[in-house]
Amino acid sequence: MESFETMNFGAFARKKLNFLALLALAVMSFTAVPQAAMAQDSEDVSLVEGAVAEPLETTVTEAEAPGFEYYGPEMIKGQPVSSDEDLLGSMTFQPQYTDNGDYALWMHDAILMPIITVISLFVLGLLLWVVVRYNKRSNQVASRTSHNTLIEVIWTVIPVLILVVIAVPSITLLARQYQSPPEDAITIKANGYQWYWGYEYVDNGGFEVVSNMLSEEEALDAGEPHQLAVDNRMVVPVGVPIRLQTFGADVIHSFGIPSLWFKLDAVPGRINEKMLTITEPGIYYGQCMELCGARHGYMPIAIEARPLDEFNAWVQSQPGGMTRAQIEAQEAGAAAPAGEDTVEVEGGRSPASSAEDAPLAGEPPVDQAAPTT
Amino acid sequence: MATTAEGFDAHHEDHAHDHADHKPGFFARWFMSTNHKDIGTLYLIFAIIAGVIGGAISGAMRAELAAPGLQYLGTFVDLLGGDGSSFDQQGHMWNVLITAHGLIMVFFMVMPAMIGGFGNWFVPLMIGAPDMAFPRMNNISFWLTVAGFLSLLFSMFVPGGTGMGAGVGWTVYAPLSTSGSVGPAVDFAIFSLHLAGAGSILGATNFITTIFNMRAPGMTLHKMPLFVWSVLVTAFLLLLALPVLAAAITMLLTDRNFGTTFFDPAGGGDPVLYQHLFWFFGHPEVYIMILPGFGMISQIVATFSKKPVFGYLGMAYAMVAIGVVGFIVWAHHMYTVGLDVNTKMYFTAATMVIAVPTGIKIFSWIATMWGGSIEFKSPMVWAMGFIFLFTVGGVTGVVLANGGIDDNLHDTYYVVAHFHYVLSLGAVTSMFAGWYYWFPKMFGRWHSEFLAHLHFWVFFVGVNVIFFPMHFLGLQGMARRYPDYTAAFAYWNEIATIGYMIMAVSIVIFFVNILYAIFFGKKPEANYWGEGATTLEWSLSSPPPFHQFETLPVIEEHHSADDHISPKPANA
Repeated sequence: MESFETMNFGAFARKKLNFLALLALAVMSFTAVPQAAMAQDSEDVSLVEGAVAEPLETTVTEAEAPGFEYYGPEMIKGQPVSSDEDLLGSMTFQPQYTDNGDYALWMHDAILMPIITVISLFVLGLLLWVVVRYNKRSNQVASRTSHNTLIEVIWTVIPVLILVVIAVPSITLLARQYQSPPEDAITIKANGYQWYWGYEYVDNGGFEVVSNMLSEEEALDAGEPHQLAVDNRMVVPVGVPIRLQTFGADVIHSFGIPSLWFKLDAVPGRINEKMLTITEPGIYYGQCMELCGARHGYMPIAIEARPLDEFNAWVQSQPGGMTRAQIEAQEAGAAAPAGEDTVEVEGGRSPASSAEDAPLAGEPPVDQAAPTT
Repeated sequence: MATTAEGFDAHHEDHAHDHADHKPGFFARWFMSTNHKDIGTLYLIFAIIAGVIGGAISGAMRAELAAPGLQYLGTFVDLLGGDGSSFDQQGHMWNVLITAHGLIMVFFMVMPAMIGGFGNWFVPLMIGAPDMAFPRMNNISFWLTVAGFLSLLFSMFVPGGTGMGAGVGWTVYAPLSTSGSVGPAVDFAIFSLHLAGAGSILGATNFITTIFNMRAPGMTLHKMPLFVWSVLVTAFLLLLALPVLAAAITMLLTDRNFGTTFFDPAGGGDPVLYQHLFWFFGHPEVYIMILPGFGMISQIVATFSKKPVFGYLGMAYAMVAIGVVGFIVWAHHMYTVGLDVNTKMYFTAATMVIAVPTGIKIFSWIATMWGGSIEFKSPMVWAMGFIFLFTVGGVTGVVLANGGIDDNLHDTYYVVAHFHYVLSLGAVTSMFAGWYYWFPKMFGRWHSEFLAHLHFWVFFVGVNVIFFPMHFLGLQGMARRYPDYTAAFAYWNEIATIGYMIMAVSIVIFFVNILYAIFFGKKPEANYWGEGATTLEWSLSSPPPFHQFETLPVIEEHHSADDHISPKPANA
């Protein structure tokens, strides 16, 4: 295990990010150019963290209370921005509610958008200049120039440098997105069916919540956007890492939440897995993102992110639902502890240390080993 | 065929021009054609018909998407003999529309027009060859494509699971296309790809043989016009990529009908394997669609700037580089499928590399214009429109290349906007540029330059109004292949539909222009674009004789890649 991990490119890449980005592009474009300075700059930038999740110590009083209250429409956070209310907002990404989402959004807004805008305008400007300066009337006799080695080298090397500038945060982002969930992350499995989602709470007794789209009238009655509102939301804890797994029960579906920068295909015959840590309580809408048949457009996703204690209360309100602590207690009471637990032992920490998982909220561990796919 | 042979009667007559222009009767000429120009014309007519059908389908889609809710799908289902009140059948109808639109535009509009149409017409003319290497194989390539198109159209009228027709997307992903679609529709759609693919493989063989063996004396590879280079690279891409598609869809057929489980995990198969195979073909396919456009734009820009192409060798080898790198970036279409981090990092880096040769081409076109004495005839205006629109499509490609960014944009309208900017606004714009560049040459009648300019401006405005707002929808997370959407997406969708109507007007102008040429078009001279047009097709009459170059032209020492017809300068 250990030697495999040291050989793993992903683990290696996280340590040598900038070096690798440079190497890949330098090798592939057959160009050796001095890039050290640029890489350094980018490294500084790439280390800028997005908003760090606030540790959620919210001790909500009504948590253990008898009935569980679902959030109302005032808690909707991740949904498309209506052009009527905010035209500019409807022209860019939805606000992000994960750290990786913040980082990706920063990369798009601060690096990619300026670069592609400048390039497009530069080409447009050159074309307009050519129209003005080199039309038949302004320039009667055409030159016969057909070669200029210097300029050809320049317009090969400068795009390479621009791509290097893009590649550094891009590789960083990928490395962040592929951090493995810590072993005590809460596992939730999203099963794609034709045409609805089922959310299986693997670590909480294995019950499955079936989630269907609300009709337009029902959605509007509930004050929620139609096509996005569902009858049973996927309730998840906020601020703690979720090991989100996807699986396709019949054909390929895709679990996509724009405001969480999360998309993972649900493929029959394999379980895909990715860590998701939501930074704020709220409702986040998503949809199936892979063509899956006649009602592909009618199997939305609604995530309700709650503080951990409220999540635990919700779990207990579900048939067969048990919190981690309850399961631990049950196992301790029974003969052999561990063993049947689904948590994969990966690092040096034993499953026992995960008994009390709430305090770990917020920052996901950085030095996790190879991702599991 | 006997009549054809007698008609030529080549044995005891000398090669007088009137003999070279002797044409066979109507049926023999158009249904048993072996003449590359006639087959090119057939391809162009076929592509126009397919384009009108594919474009009408996109009109149906834009109408449905103009506002939230389902408005027209039920009517379409009724029209095709289904039960329009069934929700599943309406949703299925939507999937049939997107599938048909994609397959028709890719396989039966862009490819036949670019390679079959312009390639057949102008590769032999530009290299100074009398015809293609295998004229009869050329004929069967065309009719296989027609048969494939009929098979695809037929699939819309047979059951395909939840409704009539194949509703699987142009990518035909398993298992939706296997266990997910009961009924013969998907089989017919797959068969259609087999037929069109076989036709394209034969065509690619023909082009490679022709270009390698039938160039006029003195025309080395490095003196070949860039359009011929582009078709050569395209033909190699076709030859290497299409067999992989053929294998993948054959496995789909056997999974569907003969109990194999290539893509079924229950039998040890893997649905993701299909995606790898499909995109190993599918990514080169997008270059197959755009490379001949690159070639045409190079010819046009040089002609109207009255300058040789800037950096000829760089241009030619940039296309080769795009072709080579195009084969090793396929999984960027599959970023969310569950690739591991190493794979995703590799495909991110490799994909971005393509921007380098593409940038070389863009800048070389501009450098070709730089210092020129540019005449803004309609083909040039179309070509400049192409350069800008392709740049916009290209830079969004750089955004999408980043695997981490693509996690949010994958399968959204941002992707739809991106590939329509490079295809609908890129490839199609280059095709219209080529159309107006060569229309008088091909058909011996002048189109109206005014209508051609008008066509450009209306089209340019229309397509931008359709597709630019799709970037916003995609950033906001609107999914592809959805017949319905939440109210927040309504505004930009409505604008996109208005753009479609503008674009539709431009297509009407296109047809009016053809009618103008038929009824009022003047006869063009041999080299109607003047001094800038220097490739061999301009040394022939407009239209060229039925059989050209019975005496092969000779490319002299003083001729360059950009000038095959000028006489030797007096002082040289």
